[in-house]
Amino acid sequence: MTNKSKNTAVITVVGRDRVGIIAGVAGLLASRQINIKDISQTILDDVFTMIMLVDLAGSRFDIKELAGCLDALGSDLGVSIRIQHADIFDAMHRI
Amino acid sequence: MYSDFEILETIRMFQEQHLDVRTITMGISLYDCATASSKETCRRIYDKICGKAENLIRVGEDISREYGIPIINKRIAVTPISLIAASGETEDYTVYARALDRAASSVGVNFIGGFSALVHKGLTRSDHHLLSAIPEALATTDLVCSSVNLATSRTGINMDAVALMGKIILETARKTADRNAWGCCKLVVFANAPEDNPFMAGAFTGPGEPECAINVGVSGPGVIKTALEAVRGRDLGVVAETIKRAAFKITRVGQLVAQEASRRLHVPFGIIDLSLAPTPVVGDSIARILEEFGLETCGAWGTTAALAMLNDAVKKGGTMASSFVGGLSGAFIPVSEDEGMIAAVTSGCLSLEKLEAMTSVCSVGIDMVAIPGDVSASTISAIIADEMAIGTFNNKTTAVRIIPVPGKKVGDTVHYGGLLGSAPIVAVNPASSADFIGRGGRIPAPIHSMRN
Repeated sequence: MTNKSKNTAVITVVGRDRVGIIAGVAGLLASRQINIKDISQTILDDVFTMIMLVDLAGSRFDIKELAGCLDALGSDLGVSIRIQHADIFDAMHRI
Repeated sequence: MYSDFEILETIRMFQEQHLDVRTITMGISLYDCATASSKETCRRIYDKICGKAENLIRVGEDISREYGIPIINKRIAVTPISLIAASGETEDYTVYARALDRAASSVGVNFIGGFSALVHKGLTRSDHHLLSAIPEALATTDLVCSSVNLATSRTGINMDAVALMGKIILETARKTADRNAWGCCKLVVFANAPEDNPFMAGAFTGPGEPECAINVGVSGPGVIKTALEAVRGRDLGVVAETIKRAAFKITRVGQLVAQEASRRLHVPFGIIDLSLAPTPVVGDSIARILEEFGLETCGAWGTTAALAMLNDAVKKGGTMASSFVGGLSGAFIPVSEDEGMIAAVTSGCLSLEKLEAMTSVCSVGIDMVAIPGDVSASTISAIIADEMAIGTFNNKTTAVRIIPVPGKKVGDTVHYGGLLGSAPIVAVNPASSADFIGRGGRIPAPIHSMRN
């Protein structure tokens, strides 16, 4: 695995659209010194889908801790939020 | 960096199509535990397993959480106990099974394999002790799995051992009759057993294996099924290509998990086992993939051809994704663990004979099939003999994990729960094979030239 992807994670938010989803997730990340490198948002089959590429290099939180925080935020917002190490996408989609 | 499509495809595989890593299995050699005292040997076995596998569960859970990959089982496979216990003073090998059980329980794995013997050419004194301890060992432990290799393509089939195993399977069923012969779910016999298989009940660490290794078994029938739904009606070349692509992605997940586990546990990476392993959950079935080929029900004519193609395409896609592939690698067809198989047997479309034919083109064999409890030992041995012949004469691994359930008849169903699922009792041809099995001796190894 390359060092470049060592601290990169992918956050996906899936659920019913409502006010404050992006603000909620971005706020949580900012308060933990996590930089958002890329963000995209679509409505797929009436389902709100947001994908974020984040950099954990400057944060003292790791993916496991963040997963817990994002889970809780997801329940508050009524959406499903997942965070996964970027290596999994590299493994599956890049040769 | 990644397209939305790629990311969502991956997420859906995990969330909707039941993609998971079925098992991280740590292989541990027990050679240095052998002593002349069974008590001391058991102590060494316990200490070694607890030392080597101390962090296995934690590391598995960490990887699962960080990568978002469900890792269903963490397991241990050890050197066949008949090799380790040979110089001990005791003839009662159940003490070793209990030591394995305690160690497995301490480190928190859900199965430990290796209460095993390799008897394809003959039985040592130690092998005899191990085989006779199997029923009691499986009845009095929770986590220990047992396997016996009865045949290889190089040596032929040890029919004396085949005859013996029929009786041992029946005795194991009798001793665990109160739990629908649950002991037999933990007992498998092999032809050409792989030494690095991570899947239970047949996992053990073979004589050629290193001190310790991480072997990973991937799964993912749901991913293959979903991929095939998108190419309905297209020709079989497209089907093969679609399976290969999906198998590649599935295997890469396994490879990633194996590398990470190996790195974090400071244990060398052994192999990825490319098996498609079903679970009783809807959407995680091998039978439903075969039906997606265009068969009304698994078991219909054409099933063997479809399975052969599926098995081959999975291997072709998987070998591209990992440099070290081993174990069983193919499609599993355990009846009780596959919702579509259960439905096919219940509807009368899938017989034991058709299952046997299917095993000639896939891994592993007659697996998790429940039969009436009054079937004779010699008939069970004859079922084993047929299956061993398929493996031995076709240079492949085959196995039998059959469950003669006391007091049950065709039409009944037994429930085991969890990944073991539930099994409808399958009819067995009533004609006798007793005189054939009674002959004993060995079936010579097949000729390795003039292959037709």
